[in-house]
Amino acid sequence: MRLENKVALITGGTSGIGEAAAELFAREGAKVAITGRNETRGHAVMARILESGGRTIFLRTDVRKAAECQRAVDETLRSFGRLDILFNNAGVFFPQTALECSEEEWDLQIDINLKGTFLMSKYALGPMIAQSGGVIINNSSGWGIVGGDKAVAYCASKGGVVLLTKAMAVDHGRQGIRVNCICPGDVDTPMLPEDARMRGLDWKTYLTGCENRPLGRIGTVDEIAKAVLFLASDDSSFMTGAALVVDGGGTAD
Amino acid sequence: MQLAGRVATITGGASGIGRATALLFAREGAAIALADLKTDAGQRVVDEIVQAGGRAFFESADVTQSADCQRLVERTIREFGRIDILFNNAGIIRRATVLDLSEEDWDRVMAVNVKSIYLLSREVIPYMQKAGSGTIINTASGWGLTGGARAAVYCASKGAVVLLTKAMAIDHGPRKIRVNCICPGDTDTGMLREEARQLGESNSSFLAESVKRPLGRVGTPEEIAQAALYLASDASSFVTGTALVVDGGGLAGSV
Repeated sequence: MRLENKVALITGGTSGIGEAAAELFAREGAKVAITGRNETRGHAVMARILESGGRTIFLRTDVRKAAECQRAVDETLRSFGRLDILFNNAGVFFPQTALECSEEEWDLQIDINLKGTFLMSKYALGPMIAQSGGVIINNSSGWGIVGGDKAVAYCASKGGVVLLTKAMAVDHGRQGIRVNCICPGDVDTPMLPEDARMRGLDWKTYLTGCENRPLGRIGTVDEIAKAVLFLASDDSSFMTGAALVVDGGGTAD
Repeated sequence: MQLAGRVATITGGASGIGRATALLFAREGAAIALADLKTDAGQRVVDEIVQAGGRAFFESADVTQSADCQRLVERTIREFGRIDILFNNAGIIRRATVLDLSEEDWDRVMAVNVKSIYLLSREVIPYMQKAGSGTIINTASGWGLTGGARAAVYCASKGAVVLLTKAMAIDHGPRKIRVNCICPGDTDTGMLREEARQLGESNSSFLAESVKRPLGRVGTPEEIAQAALYLASDASSFVTGTALVVDGGGLAGSV
């Protein structure tokens, strides 16, 4: 077990990549606090982890709100006594050009994807530094490295996440904190069919587009969770400030 | 064991990152074909693996020579029956500006660091295609992504490795062959001490410069080997065409 005695806090842990990471981390021995805005889904994930013998809590949290981020960290410490791993995973996406994106939709994507990463890190860093070590993993995107069509706010937020990752790595490396991000390509999460629906494309056409990459398929949430596990574990002890691209070769060309 | 039943060919396996990776891959269950020019040191790594109950052989090979690459791959197939993992790790450095660099040194660095990957990959890929899968890992460098002082040919060669990696990932992804590279920062290997020697610096003053990065230290060969293991194993099954930076934050920004 690669995360024995570790405590992890995962935002957006109620579905998709966050849910897969929560279950994998628990299997690897970590105690896992998961946050999300949907209580029903959160309790379902929690129940599954508890059933298989893991330890977990669900914390209803809106990562746009500083007080709620602070409370999520406090509750994790109260329940499990420490915090070793923060996976900033909560994210939303609306397919829009700058002309189509309303100010509210811009704020929503930037605040959840980018500001939420800042706020959660801000409150998690204190206890991590106090225990003289910790790991932060941020969920960026292939579209945090290259641009994509109809994705202005998302690309801006994810590009921001890549450089926020590097800046925090520079600031806190000497305090024993490693900060890295992952850049997934298209993955079988609820975000994908939702994107197809919002773009008005039928699923089959949309999926064919997604599969157009060297490995000829989309990724699974488990494949992304394994990348997060690598960055969370001591196997990556010399890695910080890196952007780990997990995209079936989608950004190789 | 993450590599049980797998066969790995590792170049530059006699020392440093190659040695650490051979030992780690063997512990994870892989049979190792180890190539290097340094026969004694290479044989010692193989002995260590075999004594620990693993399977390995040493082949003295100059990976800049097509015939040597062919011989290495043929022996791997003959002894182990397949090749699942190719770790193109052999590399050398010349610390010089273009003004100070001889044409011979240019050719030698490009041959060892870049051409060897082409020569060996073209021997190995047909076997991977037949098997229906495979993973190739190339050792690039942080200096394959950004420039460094008095390292012109090394930077040129490692930049070439990064893009050769991506090009091969595109070509061979459809046949389920993944191709990735690692970009290590300064790591505690013989090459680091060789660089100090070439620059006429003491090891300690050279090291003082090397540790100027967010984590405040150089890496260990074992830490780079763990990155190679991630890329070699099924844990990275959706990863191809990637440059995995393992550098203690050296490229993230100035401390």
